[in-house]
Amino acid sequence: MKLIINGQEREIDHAQTLADVVAHFNLNERIVVIEHNLNIIPRELYTETVVVAGDKIEIVHFVGGGC
Amino acid sequence: MEVDSTRYSRQILFEPIGEDGQKRLLQSRVAIVGMGALGTVLANHMVRAGVGFVRVIDRDFVEASNLQRQMLYDESHAAEGMPKAIAAYESLRRVNSGITIEPVVADLTWQNAEELLSDVDLVLDGTDNFQVRFLVNDVCVKHSIPWVYGGGVSAHGMTMPILPGETPCLRCLFDSAPAPGTTQTCDTAGVIGPIIHVVASYQAVEAMKILVGAQDKVRRTMLNLGLWDYGTNSIDISRARRADCPCCGRGEYAFLESRAGDETVSLCGRNTIQISPSEPWDVDLPALAKRLEQSGRVEANKFLVRFYATEEIRLVTFGDGRVLVQGTDDLSVARSLYAKYIGM
Repeated sequence: MKLIINGQEREIDHAQTLADVVAHFNLNERIVVIEHNLNIIPRELYTETVVVAGDKIEIVHFVGGGC
Repeated sequence: MEVDSTRYSRQILFEPIGEDGQKRLLQSRVAIVGMGALGTVLANHMVRAGVGFVRVIDRDFVEASNLQRQMLYDESHAAEGMPKAIAAYESLRRVNSGITIEPVVADLTWQNAEELLSDVDLVLDGTDNFQVRFLVNDVCVKHSIPWVYGGGVSAHGMTMPILPGETPCLRCLFDSAPAPGTTQTCDTAGVIGPIIHVVASYQAVEAMKILVGAQDKVRRTMLNLGLWDYGTNSIDISRARRADCPCCGRGEYAFLESRAGDETVSLCGRNTIQISPSEPWDVDLPALAKRLEQSGRVEANKFLVRFYATEEIRLVTFGDGRVLVQGTDDLSVARSLYAKYIGM
């Protein structure tokens, strides 16, 4: 399935929900914010948020450094 | 108030600031937490722009490995091991003698955060860890002080302004800090200077907007920057405030009241300090060992990872997230090394 992740088309197999996308990219849930088709999704809803081909997903990371 | 119209002429010519905006800047008070790479760029911008009072807070000393990116320090500061707040003050004073710069050599903790941050108009984040950002967020929300978050590591970074009561606070978006040892720090993943300058410059321009009263121009997105591998993206956070946010929704300041965040305990009186997370973490010790091997000598077994941060100081991490900092009895040194190598 093709998803638009941070503006780029990415092929992701077997992804049905946002939780699968998080797992696919091996994201640390505690430090990402995910926007799905322009809505920010609370992390407790990742498992029930269904993704379909063409969905736009923006992922931003909470960055700890500054040193 | 007398405005030095020569010194600030180009900024006054910039119409959204003008003479009125310059006066406002000169009457403003800003605190910068952390004088590492982000902090030095932030302070440079604030001092040159003519912010009337700039407080620079840092717990650390200048080292040779800082000079690649921390723009206010030079080889003499590193050779002397001068406290960063003092070294920054000396450099900044030479840049602008017409404003007040206040150096504070301290570790920002729940005990001193309100004293150091509640008497300013704006707080800028130049810190190097997650925990202290939640503390800054607590103080700023409690006292309705705008602050601008910024972070950078490797070649990527992130920034967003927080206007308490108006835009989402840090805890609307992230409910807690990540587990220790699970994120990149500049001392394990490295960092290049340009990402820091880019992030800090984005922070600085938001600071200027807030201080001159151009609130309508303040960025309402969370900006994510990748300078080497990927591009720039952002998320619209204008509707992301949570009514049930513990901090800005319910007014619970857990980091300020020390109920959240790391608890630091001094052990044995001398030369060993234990830092234990407030809740136990199941640390992936082999992964931690592998990451720390990039930065120095590591000895590991299935119970612990021992890392030689310096010749004298060792960080011993246990599977439950406890870290013993051996070889120092200075709490702020221990916390600083913990933030650098384990991450917090």
